[in-house]
Amino acid sequence: MPESIKALLETVMDPEIPTISIVDLGIVTGIESPEPGHAKIELTPTFSGCPALRIMEQMVHDKLAESGYTHIEVKTTFNKQWNTNMISEKGLAALKQHGLAPPPKHDGYIELDVLSDTPCPYCNSRNTQMHTPFGPTLCRSMHYCKNCLNAFEAFKPVS
Amino acid sequence: MEFTERHVEGLKELLYKMADDLLIIGHRNSEWTGLGPMLEEDIAFSSMAQDKIGQSLALFELLHELGESDPDTVAFTRNAPQFHCSQLVELPIGEYDFSMVRHFFFDHAEAIRFEMLSETVFEPLAMVAKKFKGEIKYHTMHADIFMQKLAAGGEESFGRMQQAINDTFGLALGLFEPGDYEAELIEAGIFGGEAELQQRWLAKVVPLLTSYGYMVPSVDAVEPAFGGRRGVHTPHLQPLLDEMTEVFSIDPGADW
Repeated sequence: MPESIKALLETVMDPEIPTISIVDLGIVTGIESPEPGHAKIELTPTFSGCPALRIMEQMVHDKLAESGYTHIEVKTTFNKQWNTNMISEKGLAALKQHGLAPPPKHDGYIELDVLSDTPCPYCNSRNTQMHTPFGPTLCRSMHYCKNCLNAFEAFKPVS
Repeated sequence: MEFTERHVEGLKELLYKMADDLLIIGHRNSEWTGLGPMLEEDIAFSSMAQDKIGQSLALFELLHELGESDPDTVAFTRNAPQFHCSQLVELPIGEYDFSMVRHFFFDHAEAIRFEMLSETVFEPLAMVAKKFKGEIKYHTMHADIFMQKLAAGGEESFGRMQQAINDTFGLALGLFEPGDYEAELIEAGIFGGEAELQQRWLAKVVPLLTSYGYMVPSVDAVEPAFGGRRGVHTPHLQPLLDEMTEVFSIDPGADW
């Protein structure tokens, strides 16, 4: 049963990055279905201040409701803290498809130099420069590619 | 270990001062939106504001689970004497030099506070603190870069930053005003205490500032701006709260 719920949630897309599902983003941290028609879902925020969180809770709720679930509980918790290593391989590719440089895998320590040579999502060159670690949403940083002369955004690594 | 009533009171006091600091600095940071000295800084302060307010919400949720009112009520219906924020965070944004120095001092203190709290025996707080640690990394990184750049930015730049450090140091020490339950919190393993936090903060910020070329005032020579934790505030807090709650106050029961 949790597997079929997972398959449903794989069709719920991030409202700000429509190429990646919330499962691939790594924010679905708990799926339970104690009996048929019941679903208990735990989500965890990418950032505490993420304004899309309530929208995503609602999207999960709606998806399960339209698929016949009658007892739905969607809860956001910090029980398992999200970090960018939780994004799946498919998710990383989906970010790139959206024009966002995917975050590099990290070992828990993020330093500035990790951000400074982020590969350009358009031409793959590493001859890039970070302009600012803050971008249009909390999870993005802004960069410039000195090879193809495009400005681009990256999904920044978070530990 | 079983929590006594004093442990719970101490925990609430700790959560209130952290949540209030974050809510108020978040609102102050947001006042740079549209006014930053360059676009990137405008976005940086706005993004940090969003992080801070999100973090304050998570802490108000923990307080709610401990029996306090819901987050909106707590955030929007108290007056200045009921706020536990430090005086450092409530001051107007002033010039960019002051805002940057405040950001540097405050965020290093927060980073160490969350580091300490990621080990707390109060598990829900430990999980939140672990989350905040990753987010705030970008805040301290931002502050460090600019403190360093502005030190090397010429005579006026250095002079203004040094002056702001001198003027803000006592306010920053006010962050570490001891509460009424320090001994209980330490004994129970809830929090290592403000004195330890201050010591670790000094060990972090003094070498950094010195390496950028600044002079750091001596702790003994500066009067810490205490009072905020006990509801004693500057005249700047109440007008901020009035502005922050203006829409809420028009119709407190409104359904959004």
